[in-house]
Amino acid sequence: MTDFPRILTRLMTEHPSDSHTMARYEDSGGYQALRHGLAMAPADVAAVIKASNIRGRGGAGFPTGVKWGFLAPATPRYLVINGDESEPGTFKDRQLLERDPHALIEGVILSAYALGCNHAFIYIRGEYPKPARRVQHAVDDAYAAGYLGGDILGSGFDVEVTVHLGAGAYICGEETAMLNSLEGLRGEPRIKPPFPAVQGLYAKPTIVNNVETIANVPWMVRNGGGAYAAIGPQGSSGTRLFSLSGHVNRPGNYEIVMGMTWGEFIEDLGGGVRNGRALKTWIPGGASAPWFVPDEHLHLPVTIDDTGKAGSMLGSGAVVVMDETTNVVAAAHRMVRFFAHESCGLCTPCREGCDWLERMLWRILNGHGRPYDLEMLLDVCDNISPGLRWPPAQTTICPLGPSAVQPVRSILTWFRDEVEAMIGAGRGVEGALVG
Amino acid sequence: MTRPMTQPMTQGTTVAIDKIVPGWSAPNRERARWLLERYPQRRSALMPLLYLAQLEHGHLTDEAQRQVAELTGLTAAQVLAVSSFYTMYKRDHVGRYLISVCTSISCYLLGGDDVLEAVEIQAGAHDGETSPDGLFTVEHVECLGACGGAPAVQVNYEMIEGVRPEKARGLCDWLRTASPQVVFGDEMQALFGGQRSFDWGPSETEGAIAPVPAFGPYGSVGGSS
Ligand SMILES: Cc1cc2nc3c(=O)[nH]c(=O)nc-3n(C[C@H](O)[C@H](O)[C@H](O)COP(=O)(O)O)c2cc1C
Ligand code: SF4
Ligand code: FES
Repeated sequence: MTDFPRILTRLMTEHPSDSHTMARYEDSGGYQALRHGLAMAPADVAAVIKASNIRGRGGAGFPTGVKWGFLAPATPRYLVINGDESEPGTFKDRQLLERDPHALIEGVILSAYALGCNHAFIYIRGEYPKPARRVQHAVDDAYAAGYLGGDILGSGFDVEVTVHLGAGAYICGEETAMLNSLEGLRGEPRIKPPFPAVQGLYAKPTIVNNVETIANVPWMVRNGGGAYAAIGPQGSSGTRLFSLSGHVNRPGNYEIVMGMTWGEFIEDLGGGVRNGRALKTWIPGGASAPWFVPDEHLHLPVTIDDTGKAGSMLGSGAVVVMDETTNVVAAAHRMVRFFAHESCGLCTPCREGCDWLERMLWRILNGHGRPYDLEMLLDVCDNISPGLRWPPAQTTICPLGPSAVQPVRSILTWFRDEVEAMIGAGRGVEGALVG
Repeated sequence: MTRPMTQPMTQGTTVAIDKIVPGWSAPNRERARWLLERYPQRRSALMPLLYLAQLEHGHLTDEAQRQVAELTGLTAAQVLAVSSFYTMYKRDHVGRYLISVCTSISCYLLGGDDVLEAVEIQAGAHDGETSPDGLFTVEHVECLGACGGAPAVQVNYEMIEGVRPEKARGLCDWLRTASPQVVFGDEMQALFGGQRSFDWGPSETEGAIAPVPAFGPYGSVGGSS
């Protein structure tokens, strides 16, 4: 791999003992981008982000500059940082929050300045008290240093930051559910449009961005949007933090430029599959992404567009590797169970469908599968996400329901014989329909 | 026009905290006051105030929820709608140590189910239940964001990664005998953990004193900081 700047992990790698402190951050050039940015016009800071071509790191990969362009002129406006990180396989934001909170905060101030927001919220999942503590301490220090609060560095610009803890609901990672949660409501997604950029928090224009997306902003303002755009392949510019887990020798977070093949990713970064076993399948982008298999996908480049064209997505950058010993029905059941548990319950296809899928897979796993179960599984999937297309069609309010369909579709596409064998080997008992 | 960082962001009436929650400890009443000022609208303080109430009472009693309703200007039904939506609000009694075992995909692949079983046996409580001595509540949870250090376990939301079944048993025994007032992630990781998702960096001086996330403004922070 060619040399590239470690935008997200340099500080924590070079200064492992105190990368999270104000002193170390400032000592390493921190908050210089803020001085630089505050001397620019807000629109010029926004132009830097636009020119970087960065695509959101929260899952959807939407170009950040384009999203910012949708922000309606009404005031007040809000910036909400998405640190809910609850998708199975994903643990990158946790590292950024714990080890380099000031990069996020400097990014928040610069982004708020560019967008004309005077109040930003950092929403962190409830199971992350340590990351939240680190961020809150950093926020307190930033207030004390005059980087937050009123008239920042004499610029006349004010911004307040509130750190908010979630309470154990994956769905609050969905941006409109997050806004409801911040308003003291149940974390249920809203029907879009209106999009948050037009009517978000308290029905005011709001930008929601992922932690990693915003942690890049200080580097961009220091080095220019063009410099960021020049890193990595077109359409997947910049460095990116991938979370690698499952049956690999070296699990962990890796900051890379995109463009290497999946084979290189798993072999070179992950040290290959554990115990010398063969690779069976992997999830290229978090629990919502369709699975990849060696014969078809190992040679493909790890980019947002190539992964999309091949029928899956890089999503939140979570790669979960499964070796040849994996029972794929059990693995799919585990993932569907997640979605069934996390469904907010608003939409019938998702609320009922996820539950059905979970129970049917459980039944197959326990030797009670029936020959028509394959078709029935697909039928339930089709009712949640009509046509079983990629990217998925959606009859539901948010994409969680259609996400639950992906593990099931994946095993029926790539491992249909295994599912059939499991049903055939079962006793075929006609019991209750589900259960 | 420099504004002090402590200026309230909330518009509207001031809340008679001392009247509404006279029984709360002075620091928690102070925290409630602070929290109510951190949002443009009072109702947004609902989630942190629920944590605070849980810290004050051990779990979310009906009375505490009514009090939080009054603090936030909501109805009791609105508060219940929220408290029943999120899994980390506990409306029933919770043990002194809440042990959460991840059984989502990455942990499942590396033996999370075996860890859960070991914890259930050693803690004397099935998944979702509290041990008869009231010491432990055991639950299986979905992904904790520690998949690179699978299988992952949390005690009162403090993280331990790379936990094997025998270490999980040791963890339960240790909690029972050492009975720590404050649980520290680093200490438990050193004693009972293994592979981690990433280098955690410097040791952490704060820990949890209750089955509520240990986050300063919301409550339970122990240790020297
Ligand atoms: C069910 C669901 C869960 C999500 N969870 C997260 C999450 O934990 N973190 C995140 O940044 N984005 C998550 N997203 C995506 C957000 O809705 C939103 O697109 C993202 O935060 C925007 O930030 P970005 O443009 O910087 O990527 C989720 C989306 C859905 C549908
Ligand atoms: S798809 Fe599922 S999670 Fe999303 S809004 Fe509908 S019920 Fe809720
Ligand atoms: S799957 Fe267990 S921590 Fe993510």
